[in-house]
Amino acid sequence: MITIDNLTVSFGAVQALRSVSFVAETGKITAVLGANGAGKTTLLRTISGLKDPKSGTIRMDERNLVSMKTEDIARLGIGHVPEGRGVIGEFTVEENLRLGAMMAKVNLREGLDDQYAQFPVLGERRKQHAAKLSGGERQMLAMARALIAKPSVLLLDEPSLGLAPLVTSQLMHTIQALCETSDLTVILVEQNATSALRIAHHAVVLHVGKAVANDTAANVAANENLRQYYLGLVE
Amino acid sequence: MDPFLTSRIVSDILGGLTNGVTYGMVALSLVLIWRSTGILNFAQGAMPMFATYVGFGLLSYHWGYWPCVVVCVVAGLLLGGLTERLLVRGLYGKPEINPIVVMVGFLIVLEAIAASIWSSTPRSLPSPFSSVDWHLAGKPLSLSPFTVYEISTALVVMIAVAALFRFTKLGLQLRASALAPEVSRLLGVRVGRLLTLGWMLATVVGVITTILVAGGGFFSGLTPQVMDGIFAYGFIAAAIGGLESPVGAIVAGVVLGIVNQFVDDFVNQNAVIIIALVLLIVALMIRPSGVFTKIAHRRV
Repeated sequence: MITIDNLTVSFGAVQALRSVSFVAETGKITAVLGANGAGKTTLLRTISGLKDPKSGTIRMDERNLVSMKTEDIARLGIGHVPEGRGVIGEFTVEENLRLGAMMAKVNLREGLDDQYAQFPVLGERRKQHAAKLSGGERQMLAMARALIAKPSVLLLDEPSLGLAPLVTSQLMHTIQALCETSDLTVILVEQNATSALRIAHHAVVLHVGKAVANDTAANVAANENLRQYYLGLVE
Repeated sequence: MDPFLTSRIVSDILGGLTNGVTYGMVALSLVLIWRSTGILNFAQGAMPMFATYVGFGLLSYHWGYWPCVVVCVVAGLLLGGLTERLLVRGLYGKPEINPIVVMVGFLIVLEAIAASIWSSTPRSLPSPFSSVDWHLAGKPLSLSPFTVYEISTALVVMIAVAALFRFTKLGLQLRASALAPEVSRLLGVRVGRLLTLGWMLATVVGVITTILVAGGGFFSGLTPQVMDGIFAYGFIAAAIGGLESPVGAIVAGVVLGIVNQFVDDFVNQNAVIIIALVLLIVALMIRPSGVFTKIAHRRV
């Protein structure tokens, strides 16, 4: 479980997040929605320790993650699939996966087999450089690389960005299936609100750094007034 | 073909190969640091020189050659690590001129300190093998037991570095840290430590080169400036091969060594640096990122 309490993050004079609070529960998907510049990516980067908050706390169970190093946070079992996917193009598919498995106490062979079973196309292209994969395949690789370490929390930043609708739909089903078959906690940042709300249990809507909604996904989806925020219709 | 000419060509190739592997080793150490931290280490000759002085300083206490070599390597590890932590770490992300100025300054300081502690008089190092050339058909062959030791040591170091990067978990992390530091940190890789390790590794490659060069190679003696000339050719080799390519650095170093030897033999010694620079200019005109560099993007 990730508990965010009164989190404020600044870039100089600009506040990217303003007193944001919510709880991402174990085994559930929490969607974080908002227009461009709402602070969604900053939120995930702050959870992962890539950005220091000005104030507030981020707790994983009882442990405060604020001021911990990114690599130590990752070793606690928080997998972060960054925006733009972050696969290493110069590495083969298998090297990317090996890197993902390295810090976790998992059997590499079993981990690879699990991921190839989950994403068969990666198994077919295990010796190919990641730079040669399609956008959807790269997204699968980024997900598989995070999952091979068997994280307890998965932070997904715009996983559907640049993907065809069919691929996005498959991806969302994969995320949903992962949550249903394990106790994985997912914080899913998405601009594709419809897809995200379809699979999420809980949703937080950010608007210029402030949480304007923090409710069940069903309630957020049903609230017509909130759409203007995550569709970017409000200045 | 004239047997004399044949032996002369063979001699030049062997002599060039010996020089070339040392250029290649310096170029490799430059590439290791450039790839991991985006810094051109102009003190890459001076740092190993200093560590070699520290190790071979123990000759005064009747230490043998091999124990001194071990101390040189340990001193190189420490100097490389401390330099990255205390001097270089604050330079990441700064304008490119900053690390250049700092590392040139560090080169001057190290050479000055070495001269004040150990003097500038060449200090002869003991050699574990004879430096007397073998002969072919009555002509010297530019090949001695020491040069065989020199070439084989260089080969072992190069293969070991390549194997480290290619086949080990540590190598995978080192490559990942260089290519995608932020992603590596998100996967739990301790990038800061690996940057330090990269500098330690590069300094050790430099130390081994210095021991070979000063112990019976070009200069047969250790001076504070012993690596200045080799560094210049190593730098040219790294630029020709491509600062992104360890294999390119080594191949360019070997080719440069052989070309230099032929120029020295068939033209004259003064033309050597001119031809080397011409090669550099031509190579960079044809492929500005280096002959062997395949991918131009890299993080700094």
